[in-house]
Amino acid sequence: MSNSTDLTRAEELSEQLLSGDRRALSRAISLVEADTPAGRLISGLIYPHTGKAQIIGITGSAGTGKSTLVGSIAREERKRDRSIGIIAVDPSSPFSHGAILGDRIRMQDLTSDSGVFLRSMASRGNLGGLSETATAVSDLLDAANFDVVLIETVGAGQDEVEVANAAGTTVLVANPGAGDDVQSMKAGLMEVAQIMVVNKADLAGADTAVAQLRSLLAIANFGAWTPPILKTVASSGDGVSELVDRMDEHQRFITVSDHANQERIDHAQRQILALARAVMHRQTLAEATESLLLDMLTKQVAVRAKDPRSAAIELVDSLRSSWSGAQSSK
Amino acid sequence: MTNERPIRVLIAKPGLDGHDRGAKVVARALRDAGMEVIYTGIRQTPKMIAEAALQEDVQVVGLSILSGAHLELFPRVVEELSSRGVDDVLLFCGGIIPAEDIPRVKEIGFDGVFGPGTDTSDVISFVREHAPARA
Repeated sequence: MSNSTDLTRAEELSEQLLSGDRRALSRAISLVEADTPAGRLISGLIYPHTGKAQIIGITGSAGTGKSTLVGSIAREERKRDRSIGIIAVDPSSPFSHGAILGDRIRMQDLTSDSGVFLRSMASRGNLGGLSETATAVSDLLDAANFDVVLIETVGAGQDEVEVANAAGTTVLVANPGAGDDVQSMKAGLMEVAQIMVVNKADLAGADTAVAQLRSLLAIANFGAWTPPILKTVASSGDGVSELVDRMDEHQRFITVSDHANQERIDHAQRQILALARAVMHRQTLAEATESLLLDMLTKQVAVRAKDPRSAAIELVDSLRSSWSGAQSSK
Repeated sequence: MTNERPIRVLIAKPGLDGHDRGAKVVARALRDAGMEVIYTGIRQTPKMIAEAALQEDVQVVGLSILSGAHLELFPRVVEELSSRGVDDVLLFCGGIIPAEDIPRVKEIGFDGVFGPGTDTSDVISFVREHAPARA
């Protein structure tokens, strides 16, 4: 529940961050990230000021050079005189819940540039909540007037796919020689990426990787935008200028082309569904694990008196009826 | 549902020495204690450290230094932090700080000074005890 202190604080921080106060922006990100009452108020207050930034998602397996690529993209954007906000998401340890966030190492030269704001984010193992958080934080950077917002995640699961979904343009990063990598892309990330990048393209096998991606794209069913496949060497910056050109091209596609309206609608729906899934997942699991019914069902399934699927449906049905009860008592 | 916010710590190496083993050991120990550790790497200027602390909204900044330039660099870090309004962070340091410099280092604002041979559990409990609360 929020109270008047939260509201005062939220209004103060929102106003400050809208006027470009970086300290306020940073504090607001923490409040939103921790899903505090003040944080939720801030999200609501600043939302009317969003929608101006170009939102880019960068995803791909660990070790493909995403952080280095993000650094190179940021440098290129700065050359083009655009300010850039970066959210670098790394996994929290499932054991200690701690994390080492090392993305700044690859972007040291950007640290003291006032046109760059880099925030490291640990996934904090929140159930399905990563996309909620990343979207909310990207809104803050958008409202704080950054021209470009980059969200970098390890592409390793549903959550990451949905983070990518939150972005207007998603860039999928792969490497030469990573045959399995390309294989696994068939499973999901391929469908959400609008640009494919073979990074470390100075290594042997880059052209093979491009050819593999191309043949996968040939059997996929795309709409009006066919994802380009680019080669980059993030460490030297080779190919990065073309990548940024293509990102801009896609941005025009989704904002001013004949397809823009449809794209906007599709994107809004993807966002809502992704967030709804996250919210439901979080709420349901939080309540389910506290449910007495769960204990009972667990015992039944453990002795095979009931099958797990029926138990799951029974559990969800019971939660659902408790929600509608809570709804009508309001 | 509110997620409990883990303590966020910035670990940085100011100055020109490139020996980061100690910094990494501390970073890992704090991570294993459940904290979120932002590691910036070596050769950081006071400006870079302060800017990183601001952007990452950390409660704690730990500096590792072996070059002997601590009395030169630490006050500048504190200056850069406060010029950005980041004046509510816990500061600690490790590395080679001669005993006679420790009072001065503490006066500058570094409440914790951890030399060679420190047990990482001492660093962990220091941070847990003194990190300012954040909502």
